[in-house]
Amino acid sequence: MAQMTMIQAITDGMRSELKNDEKVLVYGEDVGLNGGVFRATDGLQKEFGEERVFDTPLAESAIGGLAHGLSLTGYRSVMELQFFGFVFEAFDSIAGQMARLHHRSGGVYNAPVTIRSPFGGGVKTPEMHADSLEGLMAQTPGLKVVIPSTPYDAKGLLISAIRENDPVVFLEHMKLYRSFREEVPEEDYSIPLGKADIKREGSDITLIAYGAMVHTCLKAAEQLEKEDISAEVIDLRTVSPLDVETIITSVEKTNRAVMVQEAQKQAGIASNVVAEINDRAILSLEAPVGRVTAADTVFPFAAAEDTWLPNEKDVAAKAKEIINF
Amino acid sequence: MEKTKELQQVEEKFQTFQILDEQGKIVNEDAMPELSDEQLKEMMTRMVYTRIWDQRAISLNRQGRLGFYAPVAGQEASMIGSQFALDKKDWILPGYRDIPQIYYHGLPLHQAFLWSRGHFQGGQIPEGVRVMMPQIIIGAQITQTAGTAMGLKKDGEQQVAVTYTGDGGASQGDFYEGMNFAGAYNLPAVFIVQNNRFAISVPVEKQSAAATIAQKAVAAGIHGEQVDGMDILAVYAATKEARDRGIEGNGPSLLEFMTYRYGPHTMAGDDPTRYRTSEEDDEWEKKDPLVRFRKFLEEKNLWTEEEEEKIVEQAKEDIKASIKDADAAPKQKVTDLIDITYADAMPETLQEQRSEFEEKESK
Repeated sequence: MAQMTMIQAITDGMRSELKNDEKVLVYGEDVGLNGGVFRATDGLQKEFGEERVFDTPLAESAIGGLAHGLSLTGYRSVMELQFFGFVFEAFDSIAGQMARLHHRSGGVYNAPVTIRSPFGGGVKTPEMHADSLEGLMAQTPGLKVVIPSTPYDAKGLLISAIRENDPVVFLEHMKLYRSFREEVPEEDYSIPLGKADIKREGSDITLIAYGAMVHTCLKAAEQLEKEDISAEVIDLRTVSPLDVETIITSVEKTNRAVMVQEAQKQAGIASNVVAEINDRAILSLEAPVGRVTAADTVFPFAAAEDTWLPNEKDVAAKAKEIINF
Repeated sequence: MEKTKELQQVEEKFQTFQILDEQGKIVNEDAMPELSDEQLKEMMTRMVYTRIWDQRAISLNRQGRLGFYAPVAGQEASMIGSQFALDKKDWILPGYRDIPQIYYHGLPLHQAFLWSRGHFQGGQIPEGVRVMMPQIIIGAQITQTAGTAMGLKKDGEQQVAVTYTGDGGASQGDFYEGMNFAGAYNLPAVFIVQNNRFAISVPVEKQSAAATIAQKAVAAGIHGEQVDGMDILAVYAATKEARDRGIEGNGPSLLEFMTYRYGPHTMAGDDPTRYRTSEEDDEWEKKDPLVRFRKFLEEKNLWTEEEEEKIVEQAKEDIKASIKDADAAPKQKVTDLIDITYADAMPETLQEQRSEFEEKESK
C-alpha cells in the first residue's frame, strides 16, 4: 500500500496495464517526454519507450481516428484529450465512429479504447477546460462513461477501462487530482465498470453523486448529521450504464433521494437517475427526487465559479427540503 | 485571382500522370508497369464486370430491391486499377462509393447488397479480409487510415493501409489531419482522392482555389501526385509506387485520380442534369476507361467481343444469385441489434430491454 493522490493512482493504473499487455499504447498531446500537462503520464515514456507512450500532433479528431485505426490492427489505446472541453473536435471519432464500430460491423470489429480526459470546475481554468460534458457521452449507445472520485477507485476503474473491449470515456476531475491522498494498493486490481459504491451509509435520505460532487455530498452529510439527519451517499463511479440496483436498494431503504451533479440541470445525467427511480421505486418514495445542479448557463467565467458551482450548502438545503416535503 | 509566381511554381509540379491515351495508345512507355497478359485481361474483366454491376445495381435500386447506392460507372479504372496494385493483406478503408474495391479485396457480393439494403450482416467482414465497411462520414476514414497504418508499421508488416475519398472530401478537416498524422509518423498509408469533379452538385472549383488536390500533400509534407483516373495503367502504376514507398519506410502518399461519374451522385433522387451540361458528359464519355483499355488490349490481340460477352453474362448471373443470397438473410430483430452493440457483456439496463423485445418478438 502507498499513499497516493488520484493523479498518482491514475499513472499507476496506466503503468500496470502497459506492463501487463504489450498491445496497450498511451498517447496524446504532451503525454510523452513531458509526462502530460498534469503529470498523469509522468515517467511512462522513459519506462516503456516511445513506441508505447508517445506524443501526437495537435488535433483531437485525428487522435480519435488513430485509436480507431489502431483497433483494427489489435492495439488497445489509452488516448488522452488534454481537456474534455476539446471533445467537440473529436466528437465524430468517439461518438460517430468508435462507439458504433462493434455494431456497424455486426460484431466483427471493436474499439478497445480508453479516452482519458480531465474536466471539472473549482480550479479557475480558462474557457472550455472545466465543462461537464459527460451527459453527451452518456447519450451515446456503445460507450461507457466512468468518473472516479477517489485515488483507489481511479486506479481500479482505469485498469478495468483499459481491459474493456468497448470504448470507455474516463473523466478525471481536475479538482480531485491532488486534493487528498489515500491508501492505494501497489499491485494491480480492478473495480467493475457499471458498479456504484456507497461512500457513506445512512437511513434518512440517499444522496447520489459522482466526481467532485461526491465529496460535496459527504460534507453535506456531515452537516446533516449534526441535525440528526442520516444521509447515505452513493458514488455512481460509472455514469453510463447506471448501477440501477444499488440506487434502488438505497432509495427503498431511505425513501428519499437527491441527485447531485456539477453539470447544468439540462445536462449531466441527473435526469436519467431521477427517471430510473421514478420508474422502479415510486411506491417507496415519500417525496419527489430532488436535484442539485448548476444553472442552465454556459460554464462560468473563472471568477464566477464559486457562486455558480453547486456546494454542500446547496445539497444540505435540498436534502432538508425533500425531508420536509 | 492573379496567381503569384510561387503559386504557379507549385502548380507546375503537379502535372497529370498518364500512360494510356484516349485512343488506347501508350504515351509514356517508360512508366509502363510490368503486368502479364493474364493480369491485363483480369483488369479488363473486372472493369467490365463492375460496369455491368453498376447498371444492374441502379436497376435493382429502382425496383426497390437495393437501398442506398452510389453509382460507380466512369470510375472503374480508378477503383479497379488501384485495388489491383494491392496485396491481399493491405488494409482498405473505403468511402461509401468504394464498394468495388472491397469486393475485389474479398467482401462477398451478397454482403455488399445487404449493406446497401441496411442489414447488419452486410458489415460482417469475413475473417482475414482486411477491409472496413464503407464509411459514410466523409473524412473519418482518412484519420482512421493513419491509425491502421501505424498498427501495420508497429507489427513490422510489409503492408499498407489505403483509403479513398472524393474531391469534396478533400475540404474536410479530417482529410488534412489524417495525412498530416501519417506524415508526422512516417506511416505506410496511401490516401486516394477520386476527383470526379462534383460533390453532389458542387463543382470542385467551389471546394478550393487550389488548382489540384494532389498539391494538398504539400501541407502534410508528403508525396502528392495527380493521375489520369480514366487510365487504369497509370492508376495501377501510381498506386504500386505509392505502396512501395510506404513499405520501404518512405512515408505516405496522396494520389489524386482525375475521373468522372457518368451517373448521379446517389440513387436517392439526385439529378445531375441540374448541375452538369451534356457537353461535359459527352467530353468525359470519350475518356471512358473501358473504351481505351479495350482498344489497347485488342491491339495486342488480348481481347475479343466474345470474351467480353461472356463476362457480361457471368456478371448478370452472379448478381442474380447474390441478390437471392441477400434475400435469404433473416429479417433483423431488435434483439439482434442489441446483441451487437457491445463487445463485452451488455449493461443490465440493456439486458432488461432485451428481455422486453424478446417477449415482443416471441408473440
